[in-house]
Amino acid sequence: MDLRLSPLTTSHEQMGAKFTTFGGWKMPIRFSSIIEEHNYVRNTAGKFDVSHMGQIILSGNDAEYLINKLVSNNVTNLRDDQAQYAMITNQDGIILDDILVYRNSSESFMFIPNAGHDEEMFLRFVQFRDKWNLDVTVQNSTNEIAMFAIQGPDAVNSLEKISSDSISNLKRFTTTAANIAGTPCTVSRTGYTGEDGFELLLSAQDALGLWGNLDFPSCGLGSRDTLRTEMGFLLSGQDFEYKTNPRTPFEAGVGFTVDLEKDFIGRDALLQSNSQTLDYNFIGFSLQDRSIPRPNSPIMGNTGEQIGIVTSGTLSPTLGIPIGLGYVKSAHSSIGTSLQITIRNAAKPATICSVPFINQQ
Amino acid sequence: MTFSVPNDRKYSQSHEWALIDSQTALIGITDFAQDELGDIVFVELPNPGDSITKGDIFGLVESIKAVSDLYAPLSGTISDINPLLDTEPEQINDDPYGAGWMLKIELTDLGEVEKLLTKDEYQSQTS
Repeated sequence: MDLRLSPLTTSHEQMGAKFTTFGGWKMPIRFSSIIEEHNYVRNTAGKFDVSHMGQIILSGNDAEYLINKLVSNNVTNLRDDQAQYAMITNQDGIILDDILVYRNSSESFMFIPNAGHDEEMFLRFVQFRDKWNLDVTVQNSTNEIAMFAIQGPDAVNSLEKISSDSISNLKRFTTTAANIAGTPCTVSRTGYTGEDGFELLLSAQDALGLWGNLDFPSCGLGSRDTLRTEMGFLLSGQDFEYKTNPRTPFEAGVGFTVDLEKDFIGRDALLQSNSQTLDYNFIGFSLQDRSIPRPNSPIMGNTGEQIGIVTSGTLSPTLGIPIGLGYVKSAHSSIGTSLQITIRNAAKPATICSVPFINQQ
Repeated sequence: MTFSVPNDRKYSQSHEWALIDSQTALIGITDFAQDELGDIVFVELPNPGDSITKGDIFGLVESIKAVSDLYAPLSGTISDINPLLDTEPEQINDDPYGAGWMLKIELTDLGEVEKLLTKDEYQSQTS
């Protein structure tokens, strides 16, 4: 299958970026060094092309009803131009994808599925729209919309200077329309790095022009991953995956996105699991040795039995030590617990620590 | 992008270099290899006194995104390893042909040297 391309792929190639395949997309993993790009975002600011993220648009009288029935969080709490983190769960309460839901108006919503999930989620929404005979148009606009993330302590002031309208007072998880360097954008005070900043949604046709006018160092998916890992943010397809790594929002540590007071697909199963003790908990840990825990590395308890599995790991560029995320049996999940991570057949001592690994905002 | 390929040494197809000085060789990885790997954060090397055999795995380098095996370009007995790499593995990125060297070996088969790639041969492989 052909890889999907960002409107900026050719430009990234000309910049000498290294590429990776992610969710069926060919995306830049780094432009210079992952650690250097990571540090730009923690210390100043950087720009990411995240056009691999999906955009599904719902419009019509029943838009709110449909989305509220298919996501874990309660979108009726949203006002116009507000965004909310939510899970799309199946009837067993297993996370299919984690998304941001944007309310434009009572009859217009957009949500952002992860790379490679847009078509699947589009079809899911169409299927339930038809099943329930609802008045809502579902549109997959992923290929027509480009998305950038400008993240870092300097992002807000720098972007304010090239914005037609003031955006520095925009609240977290809200959006506004503005021209950025003359390009019409939806500006959202959101991100995936733990730093302040914005995500910009714009027409794919305008992507090349705006990217060139954003005077920030280019950052790739490599540093996006190290930044989100330091924050303990979930990565779809890795920290949960409904076939290979099925997790409920409670197991995955995102129970705060679940509103059991409202009806949605997955609620009944989650209601039941919420009243029981969890088998596994999502945890963060750090290693004493200089070795990187990788997804699927076994996590062992001190008596040598396997108690869990690693789902993400990296060397934290901010802390200079290896860190990881994963699931362990609940009895072994309290902060300070000693673990062993099996890396290339050797047991590496690790300790469960609080997440985020770093103090941000 | 062009990579540095010094004329004073030989190369393997698996992107290691060997700087020969009569019976001994200094071994490391090439500029191309370090660029492909990205930020190197961990290196695992054998110990002085260990033997390595041409073509066999002798260690590994770990970057943020991946782990890669290291292949011996020549056979020999290790007389020294670069002590700096334990605490400063990034030297391999910064100076792959100098401060980022990995092993010094006493060669056991001088005939193997002839079979390594010259600068031009290696360069044509990576361009």
